[in-house]
Amino acid sequence: MNRTRMSTMNSFRRTLVPLLLAAALAPGAAAQVTFERLLNADAEPHNWLTYSGTYSSNRYTTLDQITAENVDQLELAWIFQANSLEPFQATPLVVDGIMYLTEPVNNVVALDARRGSVFWKYEYTPSPLARPCCGAVNRGVAILGDTLFLATIDGNLIAVDAIGGAPIWQTTVADPAQGYALTLAPLVIKDKVIVGVAGGEFGIRGYIDAYDAATGEQAWRFYTIPGPGEPGHETWENDAWRTGGASAWLTGSYDPDLDLTYWGIGNPGPDWNPAQRPGDNLYSDSVVALDPDTGELAWYFQFTPNDPYDYDSVQIPVLVDAPDGAGGTLRLMLWANRNGFFYVLDRENGRFLNGTEFVPVNWASGLDDSGRPVQTPQPPGATTFPGVQGGTNWYSPSYSPETGLFYVSAWEAYGSVFEAEEAEYQPGRVFLGGRPANPFGAGANVPGLRRGHINNWTDAAGGGAVIAIDPRTGEQQWRVAMTDVTSSGILTSASNLLFTGNREGDFHILDAETGDVLWRKPLGGMIANGPMSYMVDGRQYVALAAGHSLFVFALKE
Amino acid sequence: MLNSAARRTTGWKAGALGLVAALAAGAAPAAAQDHVGQYEQADIEFGARLYDANCVQCHAESGDAVAGVDLAGGVYSRAGSDPELMGLLRAGIPGTAMPPNEFTSGELTGLVAYLRTMRDVDLSAVTLGDEARGEALFAGRGACASCHRVFGEGSRVAPDLSAIGAVRTAAYLQESLLDPTGSMLAVNRPLRAVLADGTVLTGRRLNEDTYTIQMIDQDERLRSLEKADLRELTAGAESTMPPATDALDDQEVADVLAYLLTLKGL
Repeated sequence: MNRTRMSTMNSFRRTLVPLLLAAALAPGAAAQVTFERLLNADAEPHNWLTYSGTYSSNRYTTLDQITAENVDQLELAWIFQANSLEPFQATPLVVDGIMYLTEPVNNVVALDARRGSVFWKYEYTPSPLARPCCGAVNRGVAILGDTLFLATIDGNLIAVDAIGGAPIWQTTVADPAQGYALTLAPLVIKDKVIVGVAGGEFGIRGYIDAYDAATGEQAWRFYTIPGPGEPGHETWENDAWRTGGASAWLTGSYDPDLDLTYWGIGNPGPDWNPAQRPGDNLYSDSVVALDPDTGELAWYFQFTPNDPYDYDSVQIPVLVDAPDGAGGTLRLMLWANRNGFFYVLDRENGRFLNGTEFVPVNWASGLDDSGRPVQTPQPPGATTFPGVQGGTNWYSPSYSPETGLFYVSAWEAYGSVFEAEEAEYQPGRVFLGGRPANPFGAGANVPGLRRGHINNWTDAAGGGAVIAIDPRTGEQQWRVAMTDVTSSGILTSASNLLFTGNREGDFHILDAETGDVLWRKPLGGMIANGPMSYMVDGRQYVALAAGHSLFVFALKE
Repeated sequence: MLNSAARRTTGWKAGALGLVAALAAGAAPAAAQDHVGQYEQADIEFGARLYDANCVQCHAESGDAVAGVDLAGGVYSRAGSDPELMGLLRAGIPGTAMPPNEFTSGELTGLVAYLRTMRDVDLSAVTLGDEARGEALFAGRGACASCHRVFGEGSRVAPDLSAIGAVRTAAYLQESLLDPTGSMLAVNRPLRAVLADGTVLTGRRLNEDTYTIQMIDQDERLRSLEKADLRELTAGAESTMPPATDALDDQEVADVLAYLLTLKGL
């Protein structure tokens, strides 16, 4: 599939560069970010207009100023230091020289993207009722017109003026007292702002909502667990659907031709005791395709039925087109799932096309023709692979049309011993149904959500890798292993570079064709957001957060 | 609202009479009782209005309807200093009918100003007018919205006022209306920058460091400028806002002030 795209891409790039230099004005241009601009975000690569860069969520930039030949000329351009010790997981937006960044947890900052000078800061103090399971995080804002949209940890959606920094409207999406939270960057489609809720560890009933961008009025709600009388409700026995989780805490993707928006759905609850919720538990651990105007379900595909492992399917849906061999186009969705399998789906209808393990897996012996896993539960006390944090997680993968490869940050050979127990639901309290125990016994260390400065576990507990997968075959093309697991997103570029980081604090740049490490810089803190790139005044920048700061690099001037 | 102020005057008289009666009966006023001159008139009036809306049901206009409490006489069961009183107004008194309240700092300033002076304040002079008229003047003849923005309406050239009533006291806002230059925050100084190509930018300062300066210009664009690249850069000491009295009479200024005090953000 890459060959066809490659020739067009090269000619595209030749015509694009002069345009870019003209378009990438110094901060000051106050052009509105229309829906048309969002649709054609790949035509203005000097900007970064949505969480994943474009609606197809490839995290691929056609900016190619930074190359394998000059990468050693990269220098630190500026740093933004957050006044917060919460994890820094946001991807900034850049619009015509101005960067919009969330400072953990829910402040919004507008900066000069060339040097980090702050124009304004919108400060939001979340309610103390907010108690997300896994860190008070926020992954960024969305933009439409000259309005930014912020989803807060205490369940509010707030419209903020992108020029003046003042709030315009605020609407309540979810009740933090019931365990709901919002951690994602919203997704704008047409005139609506779409968000999904977190809270799968608190016995919530998940949903995805759309709000009118101008007024904040709710347009629709899609419950990720079907109610009585709705198809799929029968996949929950007893009253388990009421407290079945199925959150949606990561930004979806959008195909404007099919007019479908795709969202990954989180784990069923209680997390580790499937006996309390017999059935497939739709649409937990699924991808759902929704009509963005109505929220109506077009199709779904479930990766892990009746999940006992907390294998949230909360990954970024990566949309890729490929020739079908008969003169037509295959509209694909590439998905490296937390459950350890890499899937290729037909995004028109959710049909399963291919699936392969990308890390060691023993909870299933494989996938059948429909993509359903053949589950092989491990005996009590035995280690299940992948472990609770998964073969990958929310970390943005990347697809490069230049190489035709899909790239993912993986936790390899990492397992957990799952222990189930009966859980009683109490509103607003954790609803877990057991625990993922450490395979090495009490006192030993295994990778978790955070790490300190010392890596205090052995390689038997697992390691990290960037893996390049050929989506045509599902085969691994190359892998770059890391001592610690990795939680970084990935960016690829038209100059065949791959930008990523790791938990050890290294920002490294690889050759996207071969995986060769071309350049690295220790930044001294865990890298968790995805690197992104933009251009101002003809200079390409790459930004990523490490520890509690955002670091921005560019070639020496 | 003028009626309200008039009523308040009557209430004060009643309260004062009550105090006189209390004094005659030998009750000792608190030693820390303060005086009108110590508080701003606009804050006192704002506080009187808040008292009317929030306190009068239990405490009555006279301030002595709750047993053991005489607000006009400075007799409180729990609070001594102004900060203590503000804390009490916010937290309420558990176990009593005094509830917690979500007052902003500006509202607390007003309430305390009124409580400390209700014994002998004269509320006959109009400082705080009619909110609805003020809103109309803000968008209309006062032309405030040609520079200021409220909840997405109006210009961004001057500071957004959507939450100004929550972060400023009535007295401060009144001063801002009457003497914009005297009350201008340093960060908001008007800038004039001449770029290398001769382009002249004017606007409001947003931020500044040794090497760069950030502004919003006359076209509502965010600008970040390298000082070394500029031919000229001046930060004016005079506010570009005219005193409200240039366009409005005293009653209308009072109306706009009343409107500004209703702007408490989202």
